[in-house]
Amino acid sequence: MKKIITLIVFLFTSTILFAQEADVEMADEFRKSGKIYVVIAVATILFLSFIVYLFSIDKRLKKIENKK
Amino acid sequence: MHKNWWKITAALLVLYSIVGGFLFEVPRLPILNETIRNMYFHIPMWFTMTFLYLVSVIYSIKYLNSGNENHDLVAVESVNVGIICCFIGLATGMIWAKFTWGDYWTNDPKLNGSAISTLMYLAFLVLRSSINEEQKRAKISAIYNIFAFPIMIVLIFVLPRLTDSLHPGNGGNPGFSNYDLDNKMRLVFYPAVIGWILLCTWIVTLRYRIRLIENRTNQID
Repeated sequence: MKKIITLIVFLFTSTILFAQEADVEMADEFRKSGKIYVVIAVATILFLSFIVYLFSIDKRLKKIENKK
Repeated sequence: MHKNWWKITAALLVLYSIVGGFLFEVPRLPILNETIRNMYFHIPMWFTMTFLYLVSVIYSIKYLNSGNENHDLVAVESVNVGIICCFIGLATGMIWAKFTWGDYWTNDPKLNGSAISTLMYLAFLVLRSSINEEQKRAKISAIYNIFAFPIMIVLIFVLPRLTDSLHPGNGGNPGFSNYDLDNKMRLVFYPAVIGWILLCTWIVTLRYRIRLIENRTNQID
């Protein structure tokens, strides 16, 4: 158990330790402004609705299979 | 519900990759900039395609062994869904290429190889639809499939590595594995791959079950 905890601690600290090269352009401002969450919300809704749709197709198919 | 756990897992894994793909930190690289996040969405399509083609060829071999026409149906439906993944992979790759390499289609060995293998699998579907007799169709297409799969692997994964290529992971051009050794990207990338593979396998099973019902109704007629 101790080993696992130290492993997890090291895993997470190692990600923090990586230095960043600030001169490469990234969408930092965009992320800071918080607007990226809107995109994530849209993508999530889109994906989830397709999953729900797939489940409904699956269910319908099961009904037809059982009928025969 | 207990039978659906892997479908829910698939959905959760892909959902995680969408949220994590946008939010988590990625390596800061010139030219690529934020587009490196495409790795979570573009590459799983190709992995899924390869997986489905592998399933297809396994079922083709199984068909030749057993003569069970259901094995043939699995082989076809795997290719049907695999080819959709392939087209999505091509489309997303083209957009990515436009903004990093400057053109939608560079005559890169990786791109041309994938185009040829796409045509090869389209030919598989054309071949099937051109034969009316069921057993003949199943047998010929199974044999074609067994030849097509290794050629696809060579065209996409072997030949581009032997020459110069812009595409990462080929011809002296390092894959992204060299950049993301900090494992931050792997945390999202591998769940994305597994999630998409499971999700597309689910669609294959749906199509396969539809085919089974179609077959049964045809027999009654």
